[in-house]
Amino acid sequence: MSARAAMAEGGAPAQARTEPLLAVAGIHTYYGKSHILHGVSLEVGRGEVVGLLGRNGVGKSTTLKAIAGLVHPSAGEVVFEGRSIGRLASHRVARLGIGYVPEDRRIFPLLSVLENLRTGLDRHGVDKAKRSRLLDKVYSYFPILAERRNQRGGTLSGGEQQMLAIARAMTLEPKIVLLDEPTEGLMPRMVSQIAEIVGALRDEGVAVLLVEQNVPLTLAASRRVYFIEKGEVRHHAMAAELQVNDPVIHQYLGV
Amino acid sequence: MSRKHPVAFWLVFATAIVLLVIAPLVLPEFWRRFVTEVLIWGLLAMSSDLLIGYTGMVSFGHSAFFGLGMYGAAAALLTTHPASLWVALLYGLIAAAGVAAFVAYFSTRLRDIYFAITTLIFSQIFYVIIFTSTAWTGGENGLTFDQPALAIPGLFSVDFTPQILHWFVLAVVAGSYLLLRRITQSPFGMVLQSIRENEARTRAIGYPVERYKIVSVMLSGLFAGLAGVLYAIQNQFAAPDFVFFLISGQTVIYNVIGGVGTLVGPIVGAGFFLLLSEAFSRLFTAKYLDPIGLHALAGMSYLVPLGVIFILMVIFMPQGLLGFARRWLNR
Amino acid sequence: MEIPLDQILIQTINGIVTGLILALVASGLTLIFGIMEVVNFAHGELLMLGAYVGVVTLSLTGDFWLALISATVLIAIFGALMYLVTLRPLIGRDPLTTILATFGLSLVLQNYALWQFGAVSRKIPEPIVGHFNLFHLDYPWYRVAVALLSAAIIGGFWLFLKRGTWGIWIRATTQDRVMAQAMGIPVPWVLAGVFAIGSGMAAASGVLFAPFGGVDSTMGLNWILRAFIVVVVGGMGSLAGSVLAAILISLLEAYASLWVSPAQAVIVSFVVLILTLLVRPTGLFVATPK
Repeated sequence: MSARAAMAEGGAPAQARTEPLLAVAGIHTYYGKSHILHGVSLEVGRGEVVGLLGRNGVGKSTTLKAIAGLVHPSAGEVVFEGRSIGRLASHRVARLGIGYVPEDRRIFPLLSVLENLRTGLDRHGVDKAKRSRLLDKVYSYFPILAERRNQRGGTLSGGEQQMLAIARAMTLEPKIVLLDEPTEGLMPRMVSQIAEIVGALRDEGVAVLLVEQNVPLTLAASRRVYFIEKGEVRHHAMAAELQVNDPVIHQYLGV
Repeated sequence: MSRKHPVAFWLVFATAIVLLVIAPLVLPEFWRRFVTEVLIWGLLAMSSDLLIGYTGMVSFGHSAFFGLGMYGAAAALLTTHPASLWVALLYGLIAAAGVAAFVAYFSTRLRDIYFAITTLIFSQIFYVIIFTSTAWTGGENGLTFDQPALAIPGLFSVDFTPQILHWFVLAVVAGSYLLLRRITQSPFGMVLQSIRENEARTRAIGYPVERYKIVSVMLSGLFAGLAGVLYAIQNQFAAPDFVFFLISGQTVIYNVIGGVGTLVGPIVGAGFFLLLSEAFSRLFTAKYLDPIGLHALAGMSYLVPLGVIFILMVIFMPQGLLGFARRWLNR
Repeated sequence: MEIPLDQILIQTINGIVTGLILALVASGLTLIFGIMEVVNFAHGELLMLGAYVGVVTLSLTGDFWLALISATVLIAIFGALMYLVTLRPLIGRDPLTTILATFGLSLVLQNYALWQFGAVSRKIPEPIVGHFNLFHLDYPWYRVAVALLSAAIIGGFWLFLKRGTWGIWIRATTQDRVMAQAMGIPVPWVLAGVFAIGSGMAAASGVLFAPFGGVDSTMGLNWILRAFIVVVVGGMGSLAGSVLAAILISLLEAYASLWVSPAQAVIVSFVVLILTLLVRPTGLFVATPK
């Protein structure tokens, strides 16, 4: 089933005439014998912020991992800029322009902040001048990282590590960033900083696929929202049409 | 514990025993000895299967247990008069138990790769100690001694002939197999396998995992030592070469080739390996190679093709020769 | 029993010299383990093959330094190929299968060398002859050169790791292989590259050590055991740990050989290992036990 058809079933509004940046169509994944994703389909347009909401354990993280190439779907397709990437190794996926910020941040603990950023900056095809510019840009978004540039990643606070994880993904100059629960465990002040970053990414024309449990943030930042339950996309809506206390929200996220 | 196919199992077992009993009567001496040695190395490999296949602890140190069993028996046969088979067994088992206790202590503190490497180094420690304690162990040259008689004091005494020795070895090995089988199928054995599957979970359920590991190591060491005693009796010498870590490595090879977790697999693995060694050593001589134009291969050690076969098996057939029968053998 | 001071000092220098060669061997081993959790049993054989390549190159060109370089490069390539063919298929399996596979490789390589080169030990003459005066004794220049060279290689590699893009790639892959890939780092190449570097280092130590003891198919066995001890004592994956542990153990063995025979002096390293396992199993020189 094509992603378009899947979305039409969910009552989604028709996409613009242009091809979506990222289209996931009916992917299934397994972990050993466990069937995790039962045919997930979604789309993200260029420069669009799309939310993915659901309870714990429904397959949100796995969906991101499948897109990033960390998990290979046993059925279904992942199409990025018109190209099928479902079988590609994750380092190739990253180089195509997909940035991944995992759930537990996973910055390199023994590398300094600068070295963490260099894992993305030091790429083929990026000359010294451009690296310098990219670095300055990243520091302008995250001044705290500039301050701590020579500090080991493992010594940063939780919020700073989150910043670093996002900044690191940005050094790849991605066309889309996959964010997995960026606000988990953060103080309110940091949460609003994350919201600002997501907005800034959108303003830059970078698409974001945002997995979250924080409903207000997701609704505020996203244009569209998907709801996942038990490894399937069950509902789809425009964020503007939803309110925090909507019964739909309660259905898919309530306890 | 239900035994679903006891009849089939005992039939196969009985057939094997009968064949092995007849063997010394029909085979030429060289092959008779070959079969006896396969049984002894098989016992060693079987003992290590208890650790590797059932408890999930890969040990590269079994040469220490084997060697100490050998030297223990040697000590008994050289120092006690009259030389008694049973005293030799006793000394050998005690010596092996001593080493096993040493290894067991560390087994509870080290996991996986660290355990494997450390046991390897332990077998080298014992090798160096034995090699350099020339006054006690004869150093590089080892010890030689006479075979004791097969005797029960007061009842009978008969000297070992090659056949009788073979039957004695067969009895010991077969008995060990049945005993080990009993152990692995008992509740104790079930816990061991649970430890192999998921140690953390086993501990969480409440089992004193450390104690089980210690017992497993001790048992494994005892049976390995037993193999050492048998080897000493058969060959009438003890040498440090048998404590060298390469022997431990070969034991693990027999396990992998034959199939871990099957108990009898390692014996088959030993047989397979030793048979191929024999075949390759004979084939890689000018006599066979020249006619097919492969003279260049003459003199190549049998370990080269065998090593390659082993590597291929690790990659493509990790369950070993008898891996397919693993469930059936463990019923 | 009075041990003359100059004997102690001689042994100190001997200990450091051997320690640095051992550090070179162990570095490759610990590097490989740190990044891909592979215990390379065949590491000693890479050293041995390196020494033989050195012998052959020397007999063809007469130049020791060329022999050193050719051995390092050729065995580095061989190591990478060995990894790609036999170890790569085993990624994702029980880590113990790699010990088995590399053990098998060590048997094959050892016996292959025995078959090709025979059992007679080959000699490589010292490239730098001559002694200098050290406390009324003649101490060979070559030993000093070996120590300096080993230190230089290790130091050079340390710098390589700390600066440069490849150094960052290697360190990132060691710390978190999955995220390294997610950042676009070509991890499969990094792994092969590290194996190549480790192999090259082993080969270099083989050539450097050859003038001391001769080259034969079993020389790898001696080194692999000591290297394993060094790696465990120093902390698996820790480059600094391996270097310190190697020097410590070699010094202790050198001092021990003042009283006992060299064959028995080895027991010192065993004692250090056992003490480490009892007191600090993750490694003596590792900052925080993991």
